[in-house]
Amino acid sequence: MITRFFNVLGGGLLSFFQYLGELVLLAGDTFRSIFTHKLRWKLFLNQIVEIGLLSQVLVIITGGFTGAVFSAQAFFQFNKLGMGSAVGAVVSVSLCRELAPVLTALMVAGRVGAAMSAEIGTMKVTEQIDALRALAVHPIDYLVVPRALAMMISMPLLVAECIAFGILAGYVVAVYLLDVNGPYYVENMVHWTRPRDIIMGLTKAFCFALLIVFISCHKGLTAREGAVGVGRATTEAVVNSSLAVLIVNFFLTMGLNIIFPAGHW
Amino acid sequence: MIEAPPSAEPSAKRHPSIGNSSPMIAVRSLAKKIDQQEILRGVDLEVNTGETLVIIGRSGGGKSVLLKHIVGLMEPDAGEIWIQGQNIIGMNERELGEIRKKVGILFQSGALFDSMTVEDNIAFPLREAGERDPKILHEKVAEMLEVMEMEGQEDKMPESLSGGMKKRVGLARSIIRRPSCVLYDEPTSGLDPVVADSINRLIHRLQKRFGMTSVVVTHDMKSAFDVADRIAYLHQGHIYFHGTPRQLQKSTDPLIQDFLLGRSEQGAAAC
Repeated sequence: MITRFFNVLGGGLLSFFQYLGELVLLAGDTFRSIFTHKLRWKLFLNQIVEIGLLSQVLVIITGGFTGAVFSAQAFFQFNKLGMGSAVGAVVSVSLCRELAPVLTALMVAGRVGAAMSAEIGTMKVTEQIDALRALAVHPIDYLVVPRALAMMISMPLLVAECIAFGILAGYVVAVYLLDVNGPYYVENMVHWTRPRDIIMGLTKAFCFALLIVFISCHKGLTAREGAVGVGRATTEAVVNSSLAVLIVNFFLTMGLNIIFPAGHW
Repeated sequence: MIEAPPSAEPSAKRHPSIGNSSPMIAVRSLAKKIDQQEILRGVDLEVNTGETLVIIGRSGGGKSVLLKHIVGLMEPDAGEIWIQGQNIIGMNERELGEIRKKVGILFQSGALFDSMTVEDNIAFPLREAGERDPKILHEKVAEMLEVMEMEGQEDKMPESLSGGMKKRVGLARSIIRRPSCVLYDEPTSGLDPVVADSINRLIHRLQKRFGMTSVVVTHDMKSAFDVADRIAYLHQGHIYFHGTPRQLQKSTDPLIQDFLLGRSEQGAAAC
């Protein structure tokens, strides 16, 4: 019984570390290719459209409604203490440091990560990736590099957009619906939100972009067993990306808080 | 392995080379296990420059696996594969890229890129090689479509093509950069006899027009006899026989007879 338990545990751990190793190797190959091989601009721009442009509505709604509801909840609590105008600062700092990067990453993992793993997985099971290789085209150069670069550029911009719309919606809710004093709201927000808060959010966005793109592409590239396998790969890509974002976010918060400490000082 | 002539008995251990010209492809003692099942158990094979070698064998016998090894899409457990004097075993994906420019492959399904038109599929290798002039690309695609007897189909998407058309487009894509050798994985499977015959004629025509070496994997005996200069019979992971189509037809080996006549083990026992 105990032996079996340790066998299962050991097997699971081995699989986990093998998976991590494969992700690291994929990332290594991708960065090597970025610096040593010619970029396929058309594919890269297509991915910018797919990841960046077509995620606009999703990010605007996510940022807007998160800012709005957070502003309302903060006001309900702070107003009891006579600190209604502090809502702007709370909404802004929270969005910059945590909410916008994490929620944008989760939405992008669901929309873009799923599409990446499904597309690459379908190519894998229909021998299209073998066809690429047989035509002397490295799948990482052709499939992963344009997606990785587009994600690295698009994610920080999407997070910045999410922050902007969150703050805007928070302002509208606080000032126009809950009668918070507008100039005080803005004054507090500008006073307490520092450039380092924005830098922290954008740094997280960049890290989450890498997590999502490598997890999703890896799932696609290792898809097996036809349509069922592609479906499984897509689900696992979204689940693993989302979990990775949430877990890594904690460590990033702790680590980045040393470089970009929260607060006014 | 049987090497005909003189005997058709499965006993010889001689090296399977014919003639004195240097081989385009040489496979030495190739072995591969997939999920604990031994697919290839020491395959030895040579393909001479300019010839058409047909590999026959039962379904699931490892023919396609052998073909994928030759182009470096699979890694063997043991053995060597030499392409024009270079051993490709141990090469990384980028080094294999140079070999794959010399050896094209037609996949059983065609493996067309389903998000691209016929024209984009065929032009793909040229674009990847740096050709950007749309006029040149269009001309070369039109020329290939003419060779494939598919003129005017440039704008179609793969999903709207029949099985035979997909294979011809896949073939056009494989040969547009004029590789020295083309590997065909079941080029006539799933096609009606007329379309299958047109594919066989196409393989002949490519060999004559471009002097390409061909390796055709099939279990369609009509196709094998139509296109082969030599035939190799892959059985239980070994090359059991190799020789000319005439030698194969004359073989009295019961296993070969059963395969040629399409007789199952039960059927042979009943006879």
